[in-house]
Amino acid sequence: MNAEPMNLTGTPIPAKKGEILLSVENVSLRFGGVKAISGVSFDIRKGEVRAIIGPNGAGKTSMLNCINGFYHPQEGQITYKGVRRARMKPHQAAAAGIARTFQNVALFKGMSTLDNIMTGRTLKMRRGFFWQALRQGPAMAEEIEHRKVVEDIIDFLQIEHIRKLPVGKLPYGLQKRVELGRALAMEPELLLLDEPMAGMNLEEKEDMCRFILDVNNQFGTTIALIEHDMGVVMDLSDRVVVLEYGRKIADGTPDEVKQDQKVIDAYLGVAH
Amino acid sequence: MNKEVGTGPEEGCCNVRQPDRENATVASATAGQADTFPKLLMRNARERGSRTAYRHKDLGIWQSWNWAEMAEQVRAYARGLQELGLKRGEKVAIIGYNRPRLYWSMCAAQWLGAIPVPVYADSVADEMAYVLDHAEAVFACVQDQEQVDKVLSIADRLPRLRTMLYDESRGLRDYDHAKLHDIGRVIEAGAKALKANSAASAGLDREMEAGTGSDLAVILYTSGTTGRPKGVMLSHYNVITAAEIGCQFDGLNEEDEVIAYLPIAWVGDHVFSYAQAIVAGFCVNCPEGPETVIDDRREVGTTYAFAPPRVFENMLTITMVRMEDAGPLMRKMFHFFLGVAKKHGEKILNGEPVPLGARLLYKLGDALIYAPLRNRFGLTSIKVGYTAGEAIGPEIFRFYRSIGVNLKQLYGQTEAGVYITMQPNGEIRADTVGRPAPLVEIKLDENGEVLYRSPSIFGGYYKDPEKTAETMTADGYVRSGDAGFFDETGHLKIIDRAKDVGKLNSGELFPPKYIENKLKFYPNIKEAVAFGQGRDYATVALNIDLTAVGNWAERNNVVYASYQELAGHDLVYDMIAKHIDEVNKSLASEPAMGGAQVKRFLILHKELDADDGELTRTQKVRRGFIAERYAPLVNALYDGSREADISTEVTFEDGRKGVISARVKVRDAKTYPATAPERPDAARAA
Repeated sequence: MNAEPMNLTGTPIPAKKGEILLSVENVSLRFGGVKAISGVSFDIRKGEVRAIIGPNGAGKTSMLNCINGFYHPQEGQITYKGVRRARMKPHQAAAAGIARTFQNVALFKGMSTLDNIMTGRTLKMRRGFFWQALRQGPAMAEEIEHRKVVEDIIDFLQIEHIRKLPVGKLPYGLQKRVELGRALAMEPELLLLDEPMAGMNLEEKEDMCRFILDVNNQFGTTIALIEHDMGVVMDLSDRVVVLEYGRKIADGTPDEVKQDQKVIDAYLGVAH
Repeated sequence: MNKEVGTGPEEGCCNVRQPDRENATVASATAGQADTFPKLLMRNARERGSRTAYRHKDLGIWQSWNWAEMAEQVRAYARGLQELGLKRGEKVAIIGYNRPRLYWSMCAAQWLGAIPVPVYADSVADEMAYVLDHAEAVFACVQDQEQVDKVLSIADRLPRLRTMLYDESRGLRDYDHAKLHDIGRVIEAGAKALKANSAASAGLDREMEAGTGSDLAVILYTSGTTGRPKGVMLSHYNVITAAEIGCQFDGLNEEDEVIAYLPIAWVGDHVFSYAQAIVAGFCVNCPEGPETVIDDRREVGTTYAFAPPRVFENMLTITMVRMEDAGPLMRKMFHFFLGVAKKHGEKILNGEPVPLGARLLYKLGDALIYAPLRNRFGLTSIKVGYTAGEAIGPEIFRFYRSIGVNLKQLYGQTEAGVYITMQPNGEIRADTVGRPAPLVEIKLDENGEVLYRSPSIFGGYYKDPEKTAETMTADGYVRSGDAGFFDETGHLKIIDRAKDVGKLNSGELFPPKYIENKLKFYPNIKEAVAFGQGRDYATVALNIDLTAVGNWAERNNVVYASYQELAGHDLVYDMIAKHIDEVNKSLASEPAMGGAQVKRFLILHKELDADDGELTRTQKVRRGFIAERYAPLVNALYDGSREADISTEVTFEDGRKGVISARVKVRDAKTYPATAPERPDAARAA
């Protein structure tokens, strides 16, 4: 370390330039007469952090809901891992490796952190209900296996101290972290985060940013996130897609997006 | 090694406290052949190889290493460090939370004759840069990415730093690994090299054999409340002696369990979690993280504990708050038995006679309340617990003792290798720090400053002979910087930092912090500021505790609308006057303190606040600033007037400023003739 300080290598992970993991083509979504999304197209590449931003009501959460099969767009198509999807149910999306967290924390409030994250392993359980209830022999062995994964996640997210506390008692910032933990427990390929930093203070935000970057870096997980904090978005993401009133108005690297006049008008220039 | 301490014939009179004769022979059978920590480690591997040495709770499970495994790891680690180019006499910074591998880093460095320099992990980058640079660290062993980043951020100020090693690899995958190494890999590589090359193996053992007790073992930087941190140099002999003093005093042995959670750069942790563990062969448990300490301690059931007062305060507060939510029957039972414990518990623990009925009642209380409480605190198996660092409230101290926890106080310093005084079993009181520890001699100089001498005292400050000369006297005593006195039973009481102890015009001692602490131990008093330096008598300005006094007001039908109104209430003044009366009585009964009794007092019309610059951010009162700001009040304390007007500018939390004006009453307090003999221990001619 003599004269010259050590540096981060600085080179982006090759996977980020890799193939397209998910592509959205011309998707439109209507609720009755209300057009939530109209003709939006973009793609998410393997290993990148992709941000979806836009003013309130721009259709960001609807977009995520389309991606993980909760809503079914009337027009357009979504191709995930090269497979064009017809009407897909959320659990099928989950089985295919798409995990998500919610804008409003959706955890089992009465259950402990550990149990909540354990539920993220549900799809990976091989033994049926009967065996698990018995909790003997092979079911026990399997549970131990899953517990190991869960403990790794607890360690990763540094939530050892709340392992056994019911999540309903936890502060909001920690609940968000537990929710991320549950999503990670699925070992997803694509992680959808809906406002992971909403309602957090600066320190919690910084922690959460660190975790998101670490997830991306350590597990190579592709991440699509919705976020309002522009600083966070510009720091975290590799590419940003901007929506307004259900339409895409810009798509590119944070720097490109920042300089786009339409974006400035629609979003950045307006105080929120 | 000195088995018997010299009789210290010089000032043979009362001013030199001799260590207890029977305590003076510290067992040193081990130190004969094994005079360094790596040698002691190998001894442990031979003699108690299968006993657990270190545990670390990781991924929810206690991972453990026995002495044989630890010795193997440390040996391989030392070889790995050797391959990375670490040489005898070079310094290795150790930065991070308590982790087995960081402790092993110390031992592996010592194996090669290099000197570990533990650094406070939470120190700001600037301070860390100073310490690493001053210590001339060439290697840094750190815990995780956070510390790697911190060291990298100051790397341009550390031209000597060659290599960094880390324990936890998360987030570090993409870093340039030319000068950055995973400790696990280094150990693996070392083990492989040792297996493949028997010459290397023999060479490594020669390195260990080359170390001697007089070698520098560790440099501990004192946190330094004033000025730059100073590097306290301790030899293997110093640290081993200090460890033996403690082990022998409390009968620690290989069966004991401790939990390591205090900063590794602090001398206490270095001795408790590293030195004593290796000397006595007991097991050190590293918790998962700072937040899990209480739970982890409970799981392990430590037998020997050390904590600053605030840890004990916190545990008690949490319990009291939770009890408020308990059912009425539970609550009644809790308070009833706490009453019983308060009356008899300490006596039972001290082995004093207690009536049979009370003894039985206490037994019942133990089954119903005390034992479950101790269990909650993780103190069930505790043999002895220590609190030190600052004064502990007598109420809190007695609470723990009354429920059967053998809590004691000690007084120590980095320069002493921790121990200066300790409380022997059966002689434990809340207001003293005990008798001189075995092998330690103490004397007081004419200003009441405590000086001590023992085989474990440091060899000097690293690269700072000037400061060393200031601190060490020609006859080998170390100036503690603290003022104190011995009471009639031979226990030392610490008053304050020596430089803060002032004098009244009459020439009598005026220890402001000592008076303030005595007052603050009353729950009704939140802050106290004592005046008296260069004045005729001592006075105090007080803040009442709004929660405690407010609660009292409710029960006594005292109506008030604001802090200011409550603080000015006559009944509140009466109540505070009673507390001051008690403090004066206690001051009168103490040697040299009789003159410092509080003659007049007032209750401030506003709470002291860090936003107004009246307190430091760590909530210490800024006496000088307050005296200036409240000059009219301070004058009123001395000119005999009954009340005084004051208006002060205050800053509200949102940054707005406003002015509070008030008329504050001043009261006289009763003083007592000094009953204690005048400073029996003061050295008249030092």
